[in-house]
Amino acid sequence: MKKSRLNLLIVSLLATFFGLVAGALLMLAIGSNPIDGYWNLFQGGLGFLLPNGITRLGDTLAKATPLIFTGLSVAFAFRTGLFNIGAAGQMLFGGLCAVAVGLTFTFPQPVMILLVVFAGCLGGAIWGIIPGFLKAKFNVHEVVSTIMMNWIAYWIVYYTIPAFFKGPFLETESKLIPDAAGFKMQSLSNLFGGSEINLGLFFAIASVILIAFILNKTVLGYELKAVGFNRHAAEYAGINVNRNIILSMMIAGGLAGLAGAAQYMGNATSMQIGVMPTQGFDGIAVALLGANTPLGALLAALFFGILYTGKGYMNAKTSIPPEIADTIIATIIYFAATSILIQRVIEWTKKKGPRKLERQRIAEESKPIVVNEDEKSEDEKGGVEDE
Amino acid sequence: MNLGVIVLDNVVEMLNITKDFPGIRANDDITLQLRKGEIHALLGENGAGKSTLMSVLFGLYQPDKGRILVNGKAVHISNPNIANDLGIGMVHQHFKLVHNFTVTENIVLGKEPKMSILGMDLKLASQKIKELSDKYNLNVEPDSRIQNISVGMQQRVEILKMLYRDAEILIFDEPTAVLTPQEILELIKIMKNLVKEGKSIILITHKLREIIAAADRCTVLRRGKVVGTVDVLGTSQETMAEMMVGRMIDFEIAKKPQVLGKTILEIANLNVMSNKKVLGLKDFSVTVRAGEILGVAGVDGNGQTELMEAITGMRKVESGSILLNGKDIKSSSIRKRIEAGIAHIPEDRQKRGLVLDYSLENNLVLEVYYKKPFSKRGILNQKEINNHANKVIKQFDVRAGEGAFSLARSLSGGNQQKAIVGREIDLNPDLLIAVQPTRGLDVGSIEYIHKRILEQRDSGKAVLLVSLELDEILGISDRIAVINNGELVGIVDAKDTDENEVGLMMMGIGKEEAK
Amino acid sequence: MNEAISVIESISPYAIVFTIPLLIAAFGGLFSERSGVVNIGLEGLMVIGSFACAFTIYKLQDFMPQQEAVWIGIGVAVLASALFSLLHAFASISLNANQVISGTAINMIAGALTVFLARNITGSGNIQIKSGLTGFDVPFLKDIPILGKILFTDTYWTSWLVFLILGVGAFVLYKTPFGLRLRACGEHPQAADAAGVNVFRIRYIAVMISGAFSGLGGAVILVTFSGEFNGNVFGLGFLALAALIFGQWKPLGILGATLFFGFASTIANVSQVIPSLAQIPGVILKIFPYVVTLIALVIFSKSSQAPRASGEPFEHGKR
Repeated sequence: MKKSRLNLLIVSLLATFFGLVAGALLMLAIGSNPIDGYWNLFQGGLGFLLPNGITRLGDTLAKATPLIFTGLSVAFAFRTGLFNIGAAGQMLFGGLCAVAVGLTFTFPQPVMILLVVFAGCLGGAIWGIIPGFLKAKFNVHEVVSTIMMNWIAYWIVYYTIPAFFKGPFLETESKLIPDAAGFKMQSLSNLFGGSEINLGLFFAIASVILIAFILNKTVLGYELKAVGFNRHAAEYAGINVNRNIILSMMIAGGLAGLAGAAQYMGNATSMQIGVMPTQGFDGIAVALLGANTPLGALLAALFFGILYTGKGYMNAKTSIPPEIADTIIATIIYFAATSILIQRVIEWTKKKGPRKLERQRIAEESKPIVVNEDEKSEDEKGGVEDE
Repeated sequence: MNLGVIVLDNVVEMLNITKDFPGIRANDDITLQLRKGEIHALLGENGAGKSTLMSVLFGLYQPDKGRILVNGKAVHISNPNIANDLGIGMVHQHFKLVHNFTVTENIVLGKEPKMSILGMDLKLASQKIKELSDKYNLNVEPDSRIQNISVGMQQRVEILKMLYRDAEILIFDEPTAVLTPQEILELIKIMKNLVKEGKSIILITHKLREIIAAADRCTVLRRGKVVGTVDVLGTSQETMAEMMVGRMIDFEIAKKPQVLGKTILEIANLNVMSNKKVLGLKDFSVTVRAGEILGVAGVDGNGQTELMEAITGMRKVESGSILLNGKDIKSSSIRKRIEAGIAHIPEDRQKRGLVLDYSLENNLVLEVYYKKPFSKRGILNQKEINNHANKVIKQFDVRAGEGAFSLARSLSGGNQQKAIVGREIDLNPDLLIAVQPTRGLDVGSIEYIHKRILEQRDSGKAVLLVSLELDEILGISDRIAVINNGELVGIVDAKDTDENEVGLMMMGIGKEEAK
Repeated sequence: MNEAISVIESISPYAIVFTIPLLIAAFGGLFSERSGVVNIGLEGLMVIGSFACAFTIYKLQDFMPQQEAVWIGIGVAVLASALFSLLHAFASISLNANQVISGTAINMIAGALTVFLARNITGSGNIQIKSGLTGFDVPFLKDIPILGKILFTDTYWTSWLVFLILGVGAFVLYKTPFGLRLRACGEHPQAADAAGVNVFRIRYIAVMISGAFSGLGGAVILVTFSGEFNGNVFGLGFLALAALIFGQWKPLGILGATLFFGFASTIANVSQVIPSLAQIPGVILKIFPYVVTLIALVIFSKSSQAPRASGEPFEHGKR
């Protein structure tokens, strides 16, 4: 297994590299200097050699926090064979629940934090269970159902916030969320020079550890992965496939809901309507780049955080449009999706033995290989090899 | 020398064909010559290379070495279209038919009729197909949809596909797997008819009986090489079998005398729906006792799937009862049934038997991972899982590159099956259900698995065997239940019956025997 | 009853304008999926079309009559999206990548790249065009009672173009050899392969068709109701996907599904203005199309007519 882990890492690094190259080419195409561009990009994101550098670093961590959650959400669902395109909607609904709690109750901050976490997680979980249930009971493809749920959540937020939580200034904003209701902590912020960083980060890291534990060490993880790899064999062996699908979407939804809590109760100061959170779709990118592993998602989210925080600084210093960060990320995804296959094709033409090839095949990235109903071709190679 | 005459007489010559796949030489310097107007059998066990060779002839693969001559001329067959143009057609073992197209649409695919303002002239094509069907007595309805016609007719559609393209050289790839003994005789009649009209046929098979009945000559392959080409008339089954396997095989499977115990499985008046919203299993009743193997014989699609899925819990039961050790399990979950003492070897080992992307050790606890010692309070004990895997690997001779850590995907078919058999038998079940347990395996693996199944029986367990290979059923079962159209036709003692009787029963003609 | 008819008559032009881009994008998706390639990237391809059209018009509108510029823009949009779809085709068909992921990547790249380029041109990420197409009434036909007001007033040439494409496309799909082979590739590619059909080539063509049609859809959005490019197409690409499933992968089916979405969305948007509808809470009207889609998915789940081999990579020589 170790070898395939190494391969995953190489693929992700390669994809990142190619994405950065694509970005450099774009910079050249508009007449800018890529070296300047990237220097400022990373400087803006990490804050080295800058007077307010630590603030930038804090902002990067804050920006990365919801991405860690959504990345975990998508990665977790993917490991169990499900595409969670609905992280955005789960984030919205979970965020809405968290904001509602935050604006309605006033308890000491530790209590509020627990309530908010619970509300966000629950909201997201509910939003995830619905597509999960539809898939389990009716085999409705989760890609379309989660996209529908995204828009339903969008409009629910659009009407609920002005109706119940309207802010004093704008039609499109909620009331300001008191710091003590959410994850914001002055001391932590001050540690990072007044940045946006908040407690959400610690919850995110805790989630990474928890999810990794679940996936690798527990009975639940064993079942979920088995269902993800081959639901027929899992069913045949007595595993309750429907229950696992629903459970998986519930957990994935809960994670995305926490992203909402972290974003609106931690990073931002209010909840805006009319915005479909990009962190939802970025979560797909994070999961892919992180090879659908918890640790990978953490690292990928941090990398994206750097890009997002740095792009504004880069734009100010070099006038390179900030969208280049999004383009780089999108290109990385394309390469992450295809590079494993390129790798496979290269190996195949090198004519290594089929067994070695199989060992190196990275199952997590591609859909489980279509089962060859005609076993002749498998056995022709295998049956004789044996003796 | 009569070289000139011999060359003209051969309609296809495959000379010194070699084909490699990564890590294996599937065809090794094979020479095969097909005379005009003959039925030439290509014999070899699973994995010998016969399908690869024919795929080369049909243009699906390219040979690494060697040449092909058609009617004396050297040709390069780089895709099925060229094969078609040369008059070569293939009836595949797994039909290549689009389920929701009509027969006509399937046949014309790739060679569609001319277009007019109104679109392709499918009516004209339908007419031509009906004419062909009548000419060769194939009895096919051009406007029916594939999903609505029988398997036998589907096969005849495949034959028509070739005839529509004026094929002169017809390749049949294991055509009899899906047919009853009587349908096989009909197919042989059709083949002889085709040959009379001037066609030449290559028949790929591993069934000796069919070769004797149908073929003029036979080329035997073993491990990618030609062992020899013989005249069928002057060669015995035993000789051909020995050529195929390389040693004397014992056709008789030695069985110990039976020691019957109590009734383990009792199925009464079972009614189960099929996927087509009608009853797939009707009023089915049967018992299996400890110490016996009950074989279920029947043509594929006559209710065996519904029966198996009802017993294992994959499919709902409309009415009737399933008693395991006296307790009705028809409403129990799959897991509860496994805990109650049922183990099953599935028909499709890659789809239902294994999680190919899991390690071997994780696969071997697929039914018991949640119990001690493999897990405690929801947390897995990987060390115990590993110990268990090593035990099964050793006991059941499962060969895998990295032992218990190998990915299940990397094992050969035979070893995958042995792993599954090992896992299921290790559960020490009261009832072992085996569905097509030796499908697609080489003779060595087949013998091994038969041995282990017989061991189960001898140690006082009950075995329910479902197989489409009549030889297997006749060989190891004690009693045989024959199923046709979802109904029990009758139950016979294996030692008192023969292929013909069972074959008739599989067609629905049979005696009602008391159980 | 009369009030209902007059409501329908007055909102029809808007509903149809909303329907048309949905319809053509869904139809493109139909070709792709019927050939066996799932295309989640319809949204991104529409964005590319919208951008290409806006860019072309922006550059040309000062040099030539507006209408000519608009039509050239539409042509460029079709071409650009068809080319861009090659990315998805290459990944899904030649590299056997996961088609859902590849499609998502297309969406992301399209979204980011177009705004990036737009920002370079106008400095703001939006491209505005002076004007698009103007609606017109069809002479004679507009006077037919009821139907005349619904279908033949305030129409656009692009709408008729799309209906024409729908008709021709359906004919091609069901009545020509190409269509037969394409459908075979989506149901049982091994059968097509054994019959001598080049599965890879047909799938490439089908994906490019989906690109071209989506590009047309994006351009139509620009020139019929939005008037400016701003980086997204309001989720219409995803809605087109839902329409495809709702319409069970059949041309008539998606016509019905997209009309439904068109009318439902328009009703939601204008509900304030129409007294009988103003009483329904806005949120209900807005989420109505999505909820109905979910329900439809459930209902159709048992008898789904999805192409059997859709989404599965085709490996040559697999018997």
